[in-house]
Formats: sequence, C-alpha cells, structure tokens
Amino acid sequence: MTRRTEFLLNGSLRLALHTLAEGEGRPLLLLHGLGEQSPRTRPAWTNAWNGPVLALDFTGHGESEVPVSGGYTPEGLMSDVDAVLADRGPVTIVGRGFGAWVGLLVAGARTSLVHGVVLFDGSGIVGGGPQPPTPYVNVLPASGSVTPDPYALLELSRDPRPPDYALDYVRFVLEDSDIEHPIVVSARIRPDWLAAVAADIGVIELPLEQAIESFA
Amino acid sequence: MKSTAIGNTDRRWRRPRLANVPETDQTREFPGAKAPDRTGSIDSSGLRLALNEWGDPDAPVIAMVHGGFDFSRTFDVFAPMIAEAGWRVVAWDARGHGDSDHAHLYGWAADVRDHLAAIQSISSEPIVLLGHSKGGGQLLDLLDGRPSLARAFVNLDGLPSQFSSPDVNDRERRRMRRADLASGLDRRRRRAELTRRPDTIEGLAERRQPMNPRLSREWLEYLVTVGARHDDEGWRWKIDPVLHLGGFGPWRPGWSLDHLAALEMPFLGVLSGVQDDPMGWKSRRGDIEPFLPPGGQLEFYDEIGHFLHIEQTRFIADLVLKFLEPHR
Repeated sequence: MTRRTEFLLNGSLRLALHTLAEGEGRPLLLLHGLGEQSPRTRPAWTNAWNGPVLALDFTGHGESEVPVSGGYTPEGLMSDVDAVLADRGPVTIVGRGFGAWVGLLVAGARTSLVHGVVLFDGSGIVGGGPQPPTPYVNVLPASGSVTPDPYALLELSRDPRPPDYALDYVRFVLEDSDIEHPIVVSARIRPDWLAAVAADIGVIELPLEQAIESFA
Repeated sequence: MKSTAIGNTDRRWRRPRLANVPETDQTREFPGAKAPDRTGSIDSSGLRLALNEWGDPDAPVIAMVHGGFDFSRTFDVFAPMIAEAGWRVVAWDARGHGDSDHAHLYGWAADVRDHLAAIQSISSEPIVLLGHSKGGGQLLDLLDGRPSLARAFVNLDGLPSQFSSPDVNDRERRRMRRADLASGLDRRRRRAELTRRPDTIEGLAERRQPMNPRLSREWLEYLVTVGARHDDEGWRWKIDPVLHLGGFGPWRPGWSLDHLAALEMPFLGVLSGVQDDPMGWKSRRGDIEPFLPPGGQLEFYDEIGHFLHIEQTRFIADLVLKFLEPHR
C-alpha cells in the first residue's frame, strides 16, 4: 500500500506518523536513524507482523516540523514517541541506529506502553560515545523548514551514551515487563552502550526478522 | 518596557542598539536593586533571547550567566555593584526563562550555544565571563571548546563534584531518574494546557522560598515583580511551564571537572559550603582543587549558601572586583 500520513501534535510541533500497513491489534512502530526519514513502503523484514505497521518521522526529520534553534536531545525526542503512545496505545518498537537508542529510552520510561523493543543497525547508533566528545560549539543559521534539521544532525551525533546509563533503562524495562525477553538486539554494530545492553542477562540477540516475529 | 533588537557591529566592544529602561510602577523596592540601564534582545538561530545591561556602555564588559530557574534580573543588586566599579555588565535570559522566547526543545548543549550567540553579539574580543550555578557549569563547557571568548572567568558555585552525593546508592539514583523521566514525559504530553499557576506577589514568593530558603522574603517578592508577569488572575512566573528541575540526561559531574582542568584563562571559583541548600551543588574544596587550572583561585565559604552573590552581595562583589582588577 502507499503509505498514509497523519500528523500528531507534540506541543505546538507537528509530527508525521505514517501507516505503512493496515491491520488489527498492536502496532509495530518503526523509528528511523539519524538524518533519515520513515520508509515509503513497508520493509520486507516486517512481513511477519500481522498488525498495523507505523513509522514516525522524528522532530526535524522527514515530514515532521523543524523547531526553532535546535535543542535536540535523545531524552527530548522520547516525547515524539510518547505522542504516538498517547494516541495509539501500546506498540512494539523497532529502532534503527539513533531510533534504537531512543527506542530503548522510551521503552524504559513507558514500560506499560512499549511491548518489546528491537535494536537494529542504522545511522546514529554510536552517538557521541561513552563520554562527551571534544567540545564543539557553533551557532548555525536558522534552518527554517528544511529536513533533516542541521541542528538535529549536529546535536544528536554528539550526545554521550555511557553504558551504565543505557543499563539503567534496561533495568527499568526488565523490572516491569511481563514479557520474558522484552529487549532484543539485532544490530551487528555494537558501540559501547549497545555492547553493554546485549551482554545483559535479560537481553537476547536474534536476527531482525526473528526478533520482530518474537513479539508478533 | 521598550526593547530593541541588537545588531552586530564590527567594533571591538559591540554597541547593541538597546533601549533605555523606563521607570515602572510595578517593581517593588529592594535595597540596592536597580533595574537594567538598557534592555534589548539577541538572536540565537531564530530564537529571541532577552538581554539586560547595567553601567557605562564604553566600559570593559563582564557577561553574567544565571543559573537554572533563575533569570538575568536576579543580578539586580549584584550587577549594579560591579557596574559602579567601572564595568559594563551584560546578562541575558536563557531560553524559556525570564523574557526570552520559550523553545520547543531544551537542552544543556542548546543553552551553551545560546551563550555563544549572546557573547558573540556583545564583543568580538575576549571578555570577562561570570556564571552562577548551572550557568557557571555551562560556561565551563563553552570555554573548553571556545577558550578565546574569555580573558577571565568567574564561577559562582557552578563546579559540580562527582563526590557530592555519596549517600545516594545506585538503586535510589535509578528510582530518581525513573520518576524524573515519567514526570517529564507527562508534562510534555500536557504541554498545550500547561500554564504557571497565578498567585499574589506574596504567594509566588512563598512558593519560591523552598528553593531559596536562605533568601529574604523581601527579595523574593521583589523577584516576583521582575520575573513574573501580571494578568487578570494574578502573577505568574514567566519561565516555560514545561521546564522542570533535573532532566540532565546522562550528564556526569566529572565531565565538567575535565573542562575545568582544561581552562587557560585566569580563573576564580567560589564554592558555597552550605550542604543543605536545596539548589546547591554541594562541592567541597577538596573535590575541586585537584582539577583547578594552573594559577586558578578557589574560595570556599561554609557560611554562605548557593546564591552567594545574592546572600552576601557586597562581599562577593568585592571578591570578584579584586580578582578582576588586573584584567580590566
């Protein structure tokens, strides 16, 4: 099917939520990587999912609005996903790259509304590394409505991701979830935060399609 | 209050087009408090930041950066004292604070970048920078990346210590983070309907008192009249209601100390030793000293609270002025 797009409000900003496949039951929500946007059509690796397949454009990406003067943080963009949870109820998340990082965070923050999360390769999976990178502060021209917002690319490629911080979110998920393995790592690229997550005793590793099938 | 946008010029000391501040009958009196001599705004990638100035516009510049949940008018007593000693004092409101625009997104890095935009609008030459609390911590980050901005740096109780919360175990820290996350997301869900609760001047001052228990009620009531706005229902703080304390993400105090050790310019750090001041950073001399830059000066006062420059204004102003004397 051709994707169907609707817009949700996060504060005063419009977020584009695309429906890539119709269906009954709990939706599968795709979160794209840094600088990317949602796919035009349903990816083949979601074929095992019988319910609706949704895809969200993060703030400053794709068809979502661009805020004035940046301020992007992964924690701030959790509210993008939370806007979908508020509108659609529980979902299962597949996050690519940066979307994997936000997917893990929001799974930990909204344990009752995220029914499993799959962490997959994609742009922005490393972030700024386990410690802040060398300071780089620069003022960019106002970006208007162009996506991806240059501030998103700048700020979300430099956010530090300490492994123990990631493991806090793993603990939040594991303490609350009624699923045996609510976090599945399918990514092959393993920055420090993801290596720590994958090594946690409560987390399993599966190929992407099997991971999605495990939550179907 | 009339204000004018600031334009960059090529002068060494940039001379923004600022408006004189008219007297207002809404401001309460407070001993030594003085409204800014000039007010205006600067642009940070499309976001308007309100800016205030005290003192001779031709004097050497010292820029002051306020802390979290404060605003530039909290310098209304301290700044005039520095200005009277021959300085042009410039201070701006952080995004979402005071008279600056509310933003869609907030973050430490964005604040740091806003400070850069403000400083670049003020001067093309190195100036003196002073930051209190979170403002001081953010200037540490900025100056590690942009050391040429400052010819001297004063940090007022904005030096976080990795040893300052030894009584918080991992489990408790996780519980606090989790509660903070949930409340932050809930607040953003309700963002469209969030407003600051209206009250009387006395009522707003009373509600702020738990954050500032060592500051007088007279001062807090004065702050209401310069940090809140009045409408049909009463006074409301101007700060964006979506903002809340905490929410620093994975930020670690040790990261700021790395920035401190990297500083090159003359440095004065002033620490409050009061351990039960709720907004205080609770760093001790021994936590910070190993990270002082070469030649750096560190002062520690165990009888003065986190808002040193408000609680003991004359004493702290004299300390700062003495430090700055060789750097005029």
